Amino acid sequence: MKKLRNSFAALALAGIVLAACGGNSGSSDESSESDGVLSVVAAYSSVIEEPWDGVIHEALQEMADAGEITYKYIDGIGYASGAFERAVRQIAEEDKPAIIMGDSFGNEEAARKVALDYPDIAFVMGSGGGPAEPNFSVFDNWIHEPAYVSGILAGSLTKTNIIGIVGGIPVPEVNRIVNAFIAGAQSVNPKVEAKVAFINSWFDPAAAKEAALSQISAGADIMFAERAGVIEAAAEKGLLSFGNQMDQKSIAPQSVVTSNVWNMRPTVKYILNQVKAGSYTSQDLKDFSMVAKGGALLAEINTGVTGGIPAEVVAKAEEAMAAIKAGTLRVDINEAVPAGSVTK
Amino acid sequence: MIDVTEEIISSSLRIATPLALAALGELVTEKSGVLNLGVEGIMYGSAFVGIATAAQTGSLTAGLIAALVSGALAGLIFAFTTVTLGVNQHVAGLGMTLLMISLCNTANRIMFTADGGQVRVDPWQPLNFGGPIFSQYLLTYATFLVAVPFVWWLLWKSGLGLKIRAVGENPEAADVAGIGVAKTRYTAIIIGSLFMALAGAFITLAFVGTFTVNIINGRGWVALALVIFGRWTIGRLLIGAALFSLVNAGQLQLRLLPSFADVPFEILLALPFLAVIVGLAISGRNVPYPGAYLKPYKRL
Repeated sequence: MKKLRNSFAALALAGIVLAACGGNSGSSDESSESDGVLSVVAAYSSVIEEPWDGVIHEALQEMADAGEITYKYIDGIGYASGAFERAVRQIAEEDKPAIIMGDSFGNEEAARKVALDYPDIAFVMGSGGGPAEPNFSVFDNWIHEPAYVSGILAGSLTKTNIIGIVGGIPVPEVNRIVNAFIAGAQSVNPKVEAKVAFINSWFDPAAAKEAALSQISAGADIMFAERAGVIEAAAEKGLLSFGNQMDQKSIAPQSVVTSNVWNMRPTVKYILNQVKAGSYTSQDLKDFSMVAKGGALLAEINTGVTGGIPAEVVAKAEEAMAAIKAGTLRVDINEAVPAGSVTK
Repeated sequence: MIDVTEEIISSSLRIATPLALAALGELVTEKSGVLNLGVEGIMYGSAFVGIATAAQTGSLTAGLIAALVSGALAGLIFAFTTVTLGVNQHVAGLGMTLLMISLCNTANRIMFTADGGQVRVDPWQPLNFGGPIFSQYLLTYATFLVAVPFVWWLLWKSGLGLKIRAVGENPEAADVAGIGVAKTRYTAIIIGSLFMALAGAFITLAFVGTFTVNIINGRGWVALALVIFGRWTIGRLLIGAALFSLVNAGQLQLRLLPSFADVPFEILLALPFLAVIVGLAISGRNVPYPGAYLKPYKRL
C-alpha cells in the first residue's frame, strides 16, 4: 500500500509540474519546407480561445489550409519568468521557421532578446511597443475605427440614451475600442451616457453577464460586448448588442447588430511577400490592421435584429465607414481608461 | 430606490447560487474530516461536461446528469486518493483541480475550439414569479429552498449525518462504535462533489449557456472560504454567501452611479472579498475545525 501511495504521489506531482509548465501545442501540417511555402510558427502567451490570439490563429490556420504556409503553434505559454524566451528559443533552434509570430504582451523583453539572436528569422509580434532592428516587427489590433461606426449605430438606436459597455481589462488595446465606441455614439447623439464596467479578467462570462445585467437594470438598452457574456445578457432581455474582435452575430442573431472585426490576413500576407522577396525589415505593421487596408472592418449590419434597423441609420454607418476608407474621417485614438459613466 | 434594492437582491441570488452550492458540498465533505481543494476543479469539470453533453445531445437535462456523473467520478477518485491511499489532502485536492482544468481545456479544444468555434447551448431561462427578485433560475430556487434544508437535515438530523460528523471529529471512536470510517468518508465526499457539480453546471447550463477557459474563475476558492467563515454551520455559511454576493451586486450598482465614475474599478471589484476578509478577521478566530480535519484514518 505504501508503495502504491508513493507512486501515486509521484504521479500527482508529475501532473502538477506538467500543468504548471502549461502549453498546448498543435500543428496543422507536417512541416515540410517545399519550395515557395514558408513556415510560420506562432508562440502565444495566452491561448487561442482568447479572441485576440484567436484572430491571429484563424488567419494563419486558414493560410495553412490553403497551402500557402506551413503553420505550427504553441499557446498558453503564460507569463512566468523565462517561459516565453525558452519557448521561442526552442522554436528558433528546432523548427528554424522563416517567420515567428505571436503575442509579446507581458513578455516583451524576452521576445526582443531572442529576436536579436536570430537575425535571419522574421519576428512578427503583437506588441504595444515599437519595432526594433533588424528583424522585430510589431502589430496590434486597431479596430477603433469600426468601433466608432458601431457607436454611431448604437447612438442612433438607443431610446433611453444609456449604453452599457463591459470590457475585460482596461489595457490600451481595449480602452481605445471602448472610447471610440463612446465617441461614435456621442457624435450622433450628444445625450448618450455610457456606463462602462471592467471585470478584470479576459475570461469570466458569468461576471461579464452580471455586470451587463446591472447596466441594463440602470436603463441601458444597447450593450457593447468587449468580452463574452454580454451579448447573452442583451439577448435574454430582448435588447440590441454589438460584438467585438470577430463577427458574433451567430451568438444571438436577433440581438447582435454588428461587430468590430479584426482581420490579420493583410498583415500576414504583407509579411509573407516581404520575406519571399527578401526585402523584410522590421517595421510597425499598424496600417495593415486598420480599415484602409482591410485589417479592420465592420461586420455586415444585421437588419434582422428585433425591431429592425431604420435604413437611414444603416446609411449613416455606411457613410462613416466609406469616409474612414477614403481617409476623410479620422477616428481619434484615446487610450485613457474610461470612467464608469461617460457623458458628453 | 426600491428598484435598485430589488435588483441588488435579485443579482446577489444569482451570484450566490454557485457559491452556496459549492460551499454546501465542501461543508458536507469537511464535516467528515476531509478538506477537498478539488472544489474549483470539480466545478470546472462539471461546467464543461455539462455543456459539452448538452451540446451533443441537445438536452440540458442530459447535460445536468452528465455533470453530476462527472462530479461523482471526480469525488470517487479524490476519495480513493485521500481516504484509501491517505495521500496528503492538500496535494490531492490541488492535483484534482489542476487535472480537471487541464483535461477540460484540452477536451474543449479538441471538441469545439480547434476551428475557432465555441460551444454554445440555449440555456435554462429564469422562471418569473413576479418582480426581479422572483425571476430566478430553477437551480437558484432549488439551492435555497431544497439544497439548504436538505444539507441541514442530512448533517444534523439524519443517521448518516451523525456518522459523518463522528468520523470527522473522532474516527477512532467512530470505528469502535462500528461506523465504517472509510465508507462514511467516501459517501460524504461524493455527496459533496455532487453539490459542487451542480454549482459548475449552473454557470454553463443556466447562467451563460457557453464555456470559456477559466469559466469558474476562483468561485471554488470563495466557497472554500465561506465554509471557514461559516464555522462549519449552515446558517453562518449562508450569511457569508449573502454578504459576499450582496456586496458584489452592490458594487456593480455603485459602479453605475456618476458619483462613483472616477473611483478605480479595481477597488469596487475587491469590495466583496474585502467584506469576507473583514468578516473572517472578526469572527474567524478560534474556528472550531472538525477534530479529525486533514487526518487520514487507518487502523494501526
